[in-house]
Amino acid sequence: MHIPDGFIDIPTSLAFAGVAAAGVAISLKGAKSSLDEKTAPLAGLTATFIFAVQMLNFPVAAGTSGHLLGGALAAILVGPWAATLALTVVLLMQGLLFADGGLSAIGLNVFNMSLIGVWCGYGSFLLIKKVLPKKKSSIAVAAFFAGLLSVPAAAAGFVLQYAIGGTATFSVATVLAAMVSTHVLIGIGEGLISALAVGAVMASRSDLVYGYKGVKQVLEVRSQG
Amino acid sequence: MKKQNRFWIAGFSLSIFLAVVVSFYASSSPDGLEKVAEDIGFIETAKESANADGVLADYGVKGVENPRLSTGAAGAIGVVATAGVSTILFLSLRRKNGERK
Repeated sequence: MHIPDGFIDIPTSLAFAGVAAAGVAISLKGAKSSLDEKTAPLAGLTATFIFAVQMLNFPVAAGTSGHLLGGALAAILVGPWAATLALTVVLLMQGLLFADGGLSAIGLNVFNMSLIGVWCGYGSFLLIKKVLPKKKSSIAVAAFFAGLLSVPAAAAGFVLQYAIGGTATFSVATVLAAMVSTHVLIGIGEGLISALAVGAVMASRSDLVYGYKGVKQVLEVRSQG
Repeated sequence: MKKQNRFWIAGFSLSIFLAVVVSFYASSSPDGLEKVAEDIGFIETAKESANADGVLADYGVKGVENPRLSTGAAGAIGVVATAGVSTILFLSLRRKNGERK
């Protein structure tokens, strides 16, 4: 999913870098009100864990691999603002230290993974949580579907960038079909890892899980009414 | 030890284990985007990253011949660097005790 230099032209890369920078700036503000003494260390740990798991490519189909993006996972654990920042730190480390993802493509990659991945993942998590029974185990189930959906959504972000500034001339429809179908498969892996990780934190420290606090608040309001 | 510290140490140790030991067994097939680019034919438009010759490029430590050691060391460096940068960032952003939302 990490876009190398050259796929997308420089003007488009710069434009997306601008959007990505704006998203990160807003998230810096948002994270300030959502992080406290207890959750700030968890946000750092989430970025660390995602970096590690992103190294673990798993095979999906003939000659293709995928790895966790972690946007949905991070948003559920620490909230979408801190998650956007966590993913951005991971992408910067990968681009700057490990030459994973082009330097001119950092804005493109932040847009797809830190913005689309996180916010699509978080949005689907909230929607899915609504239709599931209001109990603890539903959080991990919602994490599965949120993870699953976030990957083809991020892949569609690349197709948007390709449509605007792709340096090759293959049809956008062809790229869209191939990107989405491949990334639905990778999304299944994403969903499984997200559900496992969220399930593990729910089992040990559910008090830290951002996406679970909402559930408790709803219950509190009802008990008072 | 405080519950909070225990949880953090467990998560950090797991990350180190995954990045240092398990990463060696990761699939080396092209990822989704690379595969699509190969199949459709625009992989040739990729340029080498400006820091492709960096000491840690492609998750290996330059000069370390043993692949298991090279990947493992790169993983350890990445985990420690990510933990350091992100923890400093998030601790500096957090509300202090008693501060209102």
